[in-house]
Order: sequence, then C-alpha cells, then structure tokens
Amino acid sequence: MNSRERILGRVRRALAKAPADETPIVRDYLREHGQRTVAETVELLAENLADYRALVHRTDAAGLPVLIAGLLDERGAASVLVPPGLDEEWLAATGVTRVTDRAESTPDELDRVSSVVTACAVAIAETGTIVLDGSPDQGRRRITLVPDHHICVVRVPGQVVSSVPQGLERLDPARPLTWISGPSATSDIELDRVEGVHGPRTLEVILVGED
Amino acid sequence: MSGTYLGMPAFADAAREAVGNTTLRGNLRHATHTIRAKRAKAVTEVSDWAELREAGKRIKDHTLRHLDRYLVRLEESVTAAGGVVHWAADADEANEIVTQLVKMTGETEVVKVKSMATQEIGLNEALEAEGIHAYETDLAELIVQLGKDRPSHILVPAIHRNRGEIRDIFAREMSEWGRPAPEGLTDSPAELAEAARLHLREKFLRAKVGISGANFMVAETGTLVVVESEGNGRMCLTLPETLISVVGIEKIVPTWQDLEVFLQTLPRSSTAERMNPYTSTWTGTTDQDGPGAFHLVLLDNGRTDTLADEVGRQALRCIRCSACLNVCPVYERAGGHAYGSVYPGPIGAILSPQLRGTGSEIDASLPYASSLCGACYEVCPVAIDIPEVLVHLRERVVQGGEVTREGNKVVLRPAKGHAAERAAMRAARWAFTHAGALRTGQRVASRTRRFHPRTLPGPGRAWSGTRDLPPVPAEPFRDWWQRTRGGKDGDR
Amino acid sequence: MRVALFLTCVNDTLYPDTGRAVVKLLTRLGVDVDFPMAQTCCGQAHYNTGYRREAEPLARHFSDVFGEYDAIVTPSGSCGAMVRELYPRMGERARAEGRGDTLAVTLAPVVPKTYELTEFLVDVLGVTDVGAYYPHKVTYHPTCHGLRGLGLGERPLRLLQAVKGLELVELPGADECCGFGGTFALKNPDVSAAMGADKVRNAESTGAEVLCAADNSCLMHIGGTMTRLRTGIRPVHIAEILASTEEEPAV
Repeated sequence: MNSRERILGRVRRALAKAPADETPIVRDYLREHGQRTVAETVELLAENLADYRALVHRTDAAGLPVLIAGLLDERGAASVLVPPGLDEEWLAATGVTRVTDRAESTPDELDRVSSVVTACAVAIAETGTIVLDGSPDQGRRRITLVPDHHICVVRVPGQVVSSVPQGLERLDPARPLTWISGPSATSDIELDRVEGVHGPRTLEVILVGED
Repeated sequence: MSGTYLGMPAFADAAREAVGNTTLRGNLRHATHTIRAKRAKAVTEVSDWAELREAGKRIKDHTLRHLDRYLVRLEESVTAAGGVVHWAADADEANEIVTQLVKMTGETEVVKVKSMATQEIGLNEALEAEGIHAYETDLAELIVQLGKDRPSHILVPAIHRNRGEIRDIFAREMSEWGRPAPEGLTDSPAELAEAARLHLREKFLRAKVGISGANFMVAETGTLVVVESEGNGRMCLTLPETLISVVGIEKIVPTWQDLEVFLQTLPRSSTAERMNPYTSTWTGTTDQDGPGAFHLVLLDNGRTDTLADEVGRQALRCIRCSACLNVCPVYERAGGHAYGSVYPGPIGAILSPQLRGTGSEIDASLPYASSLCGACYEVCPVAIDIPEVLVHLRERVVQGGEVTREGNKVVLRPAKGHAAERAAMRAARWAFTHAGALRTGQRVASRTRRFHPRTLPGPGRAWSGTRDLPPVPAEPFRDWWQRTRGGKDGDR
Repeated sequence: MRVALFLTCVNDTLYPDTGRAVVKLLTRLGVDVDFPMAQTCCGQAHYNTGYRREAEPLARHFSDVFGEYDAIVTPSGSCGAMVRELYPRMGERARAEGRGDTLAVTLAPVVPKTYELTEFLVDVLGVTDVGAYYPHKVTYHPTCHGLRGLGLGERPLRLLQAVKGLELVELPGADECCGFGGTFALKNPDVSAAMGADKVRNAESTGAEVLCAADNSCLMHIGGTMTRLRTGIRPVHIAEILASTEEEPAV
C-alpha cells in the first residue's frame, strides 16, 4: 500500500463513526465593516496604508508622470524596473534608466535596480492592502520584491474595495498573488513591529483619481 | 529538531528552571504583555469577530469531517496546475521525499521559509545528514539557528531572547554562516533587522531550492497560501527554481471564499495587525514567474490519529496563530522550551501528546501544564476548547483506554506514577458518596487542628514550599448548621 | 421558592465562615435557605484531574441531593461552572461511549437551577445593594471559572460598589489566573507559585487591605501566598463582605 492510500484509509477509519457534515457554512459575518461613501472608502485606504508606514500620494492621470518622476528623483534612483504592460505614459516624465522585466534576468541583476513601478489588481481599504496578480502592468512577483523601493499605482475608486471578502471576490486564484500591506516588517524582536527587513523598505502608493 | 526533544524532562521540572531564570521571565513577560494588549485592540476593531470565529470553526470542522474528499480534490487541483503531490505518512517519509527532491536538483543548499511542519519532522537535521545545508530565513528562526538554540514560540521562535542577546548572537555567529554582522552593531531592532537583511540577501539571490510550509491550501483551486511579514517568504517562494512545500493535511480549506474568514482572523490573532505585510498565494506553477518546479508534500505524522479522537480532533482546527501562547499565564512563566516540542503553549500541550502519543514522560505531563484558566479558549480564533481537550488527555494518561496510533487502534494502560493519586481519587469518591464518612473525616481534622503543621513534609511541600496552609476551623459548616439549625438558634 | 445552599466540600471543611455568611446574607434578603446535609462534593477535582468516571457517582449524588430544589446557590465560581458547564459534557461523553442517556437525563435537572452566589443575587433576586457595610479598601480578583466559565461579568463589582463604606480599587492584571488550578498547584508548584506571587504583588500595589474573590479555593492559594510573602493584605470571600452590616460588621 502506498502512503496516499494509507493516509486516506486512516482518515476514513478515523471518521467512520462521525456523522456526515454537509450543512452549509453560515456566513453571517459582515461583507464589509461600517458604511462609507466611495470617497470615504478611498480615504480609509489612504489612512490604513499610512498607518503601516506606506507613503501615500494622490494625483490625477495628468499629474501622474510628473509625480512618478519626482518620486524617483527624490529617491535618487539610478534605474527603474518596468513591467511589460505598464502604461507608457506613467514614465513619460522621467529619464531614469529603464530595466525591462525579463525572465532571463538573474536575481543579482534585479538587486542592482533601484526602484520598481507597477500597477495593482485591487486595493483593500479596511486593511490597507494592495494586491498584485502578475498582470502585464504588474510583472513577475520578484520585481516588486528585490528592489528596495516600490511605487505602486492604484486607480481610485475603481480598484478599491472595502474589505477582504470583497477583495477575494475580485481576484483570480489561478494567478500568483502578492498581498502587500505596508513595507516589509517584523515582530520577531520582543514582539514589537519594526519596518524594513527583506522586502522593499520603502513602499509608495499613488492613488490616481479616475476621470 | 525532533531529536533534540527526546529525553526532555517532564514539564514541571523544565518549568522550574525557567521560573528561576529572571532574564527569561522578563523577556517573556515583556513580549507577551505587549502583544496581548495589541491583539485585544485589533480584535475589537472588527464588530463581527464572534461570527468570524464561529465560521472559521465550522469551516475547519466540515473540512476535517470530509478530509479524504478534500485531500483528493486538492491533489487533483495542484496536479492540474503543474504541481507534483507527494504523500508522507510520517516524519521519516517526509524527510526522505524532500531529501530526494533536493538531491535531484544537484543542490547542496536550500533556503527555508519559517514552517512549523518542517520543524516538527526535523527536516533541517535530516537534510544536514545528507550533506544539504538548510538556511532559515525568518528573522527569529535565524536567531535560533545562529544561536544553536531551540524555538520557544510558534510565531516568534526567539521570543525568549531580548534585543541585547540577539545582538550578541549576530555579532558572534553570523561570520560562521556567511556575511558577518556589521561592525559596531547595536541592539536597536532596526539595526538588527538590517543585519539580517544583509546576511541573508546573498543566500536568497543564489538559492536554487526553496522549502516552505503553508498556512492554507485551497482544495477547489489547488492554491497554497503563505502569510508572513518580512519578505523572506516571498524570496523563498519566488526566486528559486524549485519550491518544495511540506504541509500538514489539516491545513486544507475547501474553497477560495473560505480564505475571507482566515485572512481576517489570522493576522489579528497572531501579530495583532489588520493585515500582515505580505501574503503570497500560488497555484501550481506559473510560466516564467517563480519556480518552474513545485512539489507539495502532504504530511500525516500523527494527524490522522488525532482525527480519530472525537474530543481531541478539534486541535486540528489550529491555524498556528499563537494567540493562546501569548495569553497563557503558564507559558509566560514556564517559557516555550519547557513544553519539549516545536508546539509550545496551550495548543502544544494538546497537540504534542496527540501527534506523538502520551508514551514519553514529557508528553504525559503536558496535559497538566495548565491551570485550566480558559484564557486560551477565549482568544482562539477557531474556538478550540483547549481546556476540554487537556482534561480529556489527562483522562487518557491516568485511565488509559482506546486510542489510534499510526492508524491502528490500541488500548493504552493507565500511565505509571499515578497509582497513589488514583487510589486517593477513589477513596475521595467513596467518601463523597457517603456523607457520613466525609463528616467523620472533617471532625477528625477539626479536633486535631492544634497539631496541624503550617508546612508539610514530603510531597506536601509541593504546596507548602511556597504557600501557607489554611488553618482548619474548629468545626465544619455542617456541624454548625446542625447545631444551630442554620443559625436560627443563634449564630454561636 | 425552595433554595438550597450548595456550599462545596472545601468551604464546608475549611471555610465555614463563608457558609455562615451566605446563610446570613440570604436570610436577610428574605430567602429561606436550606442546607441539605447529604451534600458532599461536585466532583470537579476528579473530573479536571482526569478521573471522569470517578466523578460520575459524585455528580449523580449531587443530582439526588439537589434535584428537588428550585434553585441551588453556591459561593464558588468553579464548582458552579462544574455543574453548569461540565455536567452536560459528562452526560454527552457517556452517551458517546455507548452508555446511553441515563447520566445525561439524571444530571439535566440540576444544571439550569444552579447559580453562583452573585448571579443568584443579581439575576434571581434582582438586587445589587444588599444593605452591606464594610469600611475597608478592597480589590476584586475575578476567578477564572467565574469570569470565563460562568460569565459573571460585572455582577460581583456591582454588588461591591453598592456596599456602604467600601472603597473598591482596580486590580492590575485582574483577569489573569492566580495559579491555583486545583491539582495544578501541586503538579506544577513552581509555575503555580510564580503566578500566585505575581497576583499578590499586583494586589499589594493597589494599597487595598483586602483582596476579595468569589471562590475560596483560589483564595486559599492567594492567601497562603500572602502570608508566606508577609504582605499586609488579606483574602476575604465576597459573601463575607456582603453579609457584613453596620449592626454586625465582619471582622
């Protein structure tokens, strides 16, 4: 008997006397917490992002290229990683060297890039979370991990949901997902939170108003 | 790590040492009290906590009841998404599978995401024996590994260390393992985190094999979920070419939607955050993004035996948040090492004796490592009634009975060392079902009270070593009641 | 209403003053309370130490002794929780073991009629001011089984707040276990003692003269620790405070 059969057999014997449990799960918990207008939900997102030490900026489509260029300048970025499907316009105002997200790049090469700019799939207001799903405007998972500076653009209010349940509804589990709530952090020293370990230590989130 | 725990002294003996260690007491008190208050606040923020807790419990119970169905479903989904599923009945088999998988890559180094399952099976030691070095990348695990120490907490394995001790370990040991600690490293947590970043980065960047556990596995989609803070998880899950995940079979949830419950309750219960910094989900392999090879090792190692116990199986609902450790007054004073297992604290006290059986001295003592105060049950996000299971396991220890070990039903004999207690309990039962006998005993105690010492010799020192005995009154209540007809004949 | 006092074996043997205080208090509030002489022990120590089967005859005995009463009042949170929480569980376990419904049916009647003293006062009698007088500075320790098992909540505090002359001060870390835990105190004496010492130091820090609780077994441990650590503070059961009046003050 192989271990698969052995384990499944043990499970079945363990449960032989237990009555079947096919009652549907009661989901009487909230779909979202509190009642907010769309604008208030965006405001909550900004607050919660900032609460976990993300730097939050706001602009509109016209102001976005200049804002991104400014943030890269302030950072002193020498190079920026660019996902293949990123809106060309976003980087129109910056002269920083672009590094394309390619499968062939080695981790060491990525480690030498200063910054990365991506879009996101959805943002969750109640938890201050942005979720990336590897779409062409977000790129491979590692490009938002190895560089120390991540600029993420969220289209508001279209990409913003209130809650975790609403966020999951919008996401495709078949895609590799990265949920990001603030910069990398740890609670491993005396159970107190400190920002900045292995992931990007600076997370800037730009909320771009949709016209 | 499992080997390290063999021959551990029973809980009370190990705890005695910890209680006397003032640095350890201070470290644990500081850390647990910090997180306790924060967790309470994070939980109050969501008005539907009770409903989320109940739903979490129900989802887990339903899954466990039909675990065979969901395991098969998960295997199909993972396979369809490009992953390879392996089944391991015990620790040895899991270690063997992982070792072979690593050997097939030709690599002699692996990077690891913090994982309870791989600690439980002693994977690092098994790999080392085959010439494969496993590098722990979680900050606390790194502290433990560099310090040649044992983990003492589920979430924060180095909780027993304060910042000064961590600084010393880094300064002393990092050079042995790779990049040395920066000159003049202080004990500021930010600097310590920076030192870990620099030390581990070279390992991440060259790693070809990553090893992880998982917090959840979604049966319908084949998705695995890792919840973390530092980004070391993301490094291990995305940079290597091969990813091997070793996951206990109880970590399944049926549907994608079920995550909406646990992704709300887990971060708030463990690090007291609305959401942890990073959560990664992956389904099989993705073309040109992340590891090209993904292996899932499904681990039993005592879980099906636990499942066979009607009362004890609720322990398998555990999502390893560690809220029960943080709130436990016994854990706070005894420390994690006293539990002699990678699973310390209240959950460890009910998990270890079920996964490993109650055969060893330490496992037989764990069900008693609790005052049954109930704080653990109160904070558990999946409502595991830990006191109920503790008492159930005490019964197993003292009275024996039928249990399942490695899939077979066996009848346990009552544990040794409880004979006197058993006799006392029987005698007390007899006296308590014969009120006259009780009364005689009380009267004898009252009449001889002048001669009662305030401290006791022998085993009685367990009480009177630190506490005075209460004086025995001149007469028991029942004599007063009878004499005065309940005070109607005057109080005297 | 026929009301029985279930004093508990510990109180009967070691703390008769608490029993007398309950009788005095309930009598003052117009309750004719009976003490069935056949009562012994609820079986909690047996059950919690792993001797469930030895506890069953005690539970049946409890049901025989108290089954006929309309209300059963006990000045012990943990023994109250034993009857209310664990008797139903004992019945369930017997059923699951294929021993039928007999135990569950035998125990069922006493479960809803059993009240911890402060519950009985607040919920059944509907009083919070029991006319007590106790001119001392008091801090209150909510014992675990009362707090988390029975959910006594604010009831004891409301009763204490209404006591004339009593100054109530908050106990830091109040909801933390004192470390008694029945046989835990003997099986893990070092951890138990450390918990007790912390509880006592917290109590001392309030400047109170008296630490009050609704369970004498916890108070036995706390009190034993207090005298050993030579603190000036003393343990008093809540019943003795509530029974105290200006005419007949407690000492």
